[in-house]
Amino acid sequence: MAKLTSSHISFQELQDIVELVGKVSGFNLMGYSKSSLKRRVQRVMDLERMDVVDLKNAIINVEGFHTYLMNEITVNVTEMFRDPLYYNALRTDVFPYLETFPRLKFWSAGCSTGEEVYSLAIMLTEADLYNRSFIYGTDVNSNVLEVAKKAIYPLKSFKLYTENYNGTGAFNSLSDYYTAMYDAAIIHADIRKNILFSQHNLATDYVFNEFQFISCRNVLIYFDLELQNRIFHLFYESLSEFGFLCLGTKETLFNHKIMSKFKVINKKFNIYQKIK
Amino acid sequence: MEKADDVILIGGSAGSYTLIIDMMEALPEIFSPAIVIVIHRNPKFTTRIEDTLSARLKKEIVQAEDKAHILKGGIYFAAPGYHLLVEPDKTFSLDISERVRFSRPSIDVLFETAAEVYLDHCTAFLLSGANQDGTDGIKQLQRMGSKVIVQSPTEALISTMPKHAIEANGHVEIYNNRQIMSYFRNLK
Repeated sequence: MAKLTSSHISFQELQDIVELVGKVSGFNLMGYSKSSLKRRVQRVMDLERMDVVDLKNAIINVEGFHTYLMNEITVNVTEMFRDPLYYNALRTDVFPYLETFPRLKFWSAGCSTGEEVYSLAIMLTEADLYNRSFIYGTDVNSNVLEVAKKAIYPLKSFKLYTENYNGTGAFNSLSDYYTAMYDAAIIHADIRKNILFSQHNLATDYVFNEFQFISCRNVLIYFDLELQNRIFHLFYESLSEFGFLCLGTKETLFNHKIMSKFKVINKKFNIYQKIK
Repeated sequence: MEKADDVILIGGSAGSYTLIIDMMEALPEIFSPAIVIVIHRNPKFTTRIEDTLSARLKKEIVQAEDKAHILKGGIYFAAPGYHLLVEPDKTFSLDISERVRFSRPSIDVLFETAAEVYLDHCTAFLLSGANQDGTDGIKQLQRMGSKVIVQSPTEALISTMPKHAIEANGHVEIYNNRQIMSYFRNLK
């Protein structure tokens, strides 16, 4: 299959691939932002030295290829305490409300390799809320969930994570929550305890529990407005009364009708509360 | 507001900040293309270029928002920390995938995606910078029939970026700063 020159995929060919993947697997890529998706598919073609014909052939004939393709297409760039001031806003604007609930369920949708889930668990521990909390971390990509479950990360990332953590106005030191060995660090068991990671596809799956808090950060940018709308309804139905929805800094509810059922808690960090 | 039929892309890195401000200040009050700018900057130390320009030009200059329409006469900056892409329906989309040539936003990513949508209705400027971002983007712009203009390396404060793009791509137009300014002053 090796090709010497690289081959470019067009939007029409991308559409064919989307339809083909939909037919042979349960993955629906219809609502993905086209240019971003195209870059991801092109990346796989370059990695595998495939042209469009090779790609189609592999999707149909190579067992497990469509899962591999999905795992490569999804963007898994994440970090602990990304946007430190968002976490600061959780502490000041959201946690005081959460204290009034006897049991707390959290959903981190599109959690990738889990850094955001553990960041949340650390925040909840510090706010003395973690003992009554349970966090579900979900992603469409099965590979990243394996990494998330292990809670072992490269030690070199912790320089940035520590800077981020300190930027949240934290009380402690991030090193209180992990143990380093050789070139890796593992998150402590008391942070890992109330967490379950499992596969969930925002584009096709449904409500699976009721939550007081849902965060879905830097996931919706990969979807078109129609799919975003589907997912906002899914979140709305999954939230308890007065539950919170937290989006990425570039993701907003304002372009969507469902905004009328939410109250803005923090505009800069796109934190909303379900009020109707 | 109507969607823009033409876009002008500007990619700049170290040493392009002041020039970009001057270029925007030279613009006439009314023009029809949309102008989309990627300038490398650290998300932790956000420069207020949008605010500075909004005040000076007395018009709102914003960061391009996810799924927003690309409008006539709009001036858009790529948000720090995100790649900025152009979608086939002439809207923006954002992406936080891996850095490209150590950059996010990446000039290549904007150039490549815009080229494919706007084809010969696209003009791209590559300015001063200390890395090699923009070179691959220019390749794609040329393939799609877009117009490419690179700042003269002898006038760029840091010549690495324009120089690399010229060496790697051959036939590009090279403008000195006076020609660049005159292009924006006379934009219709």
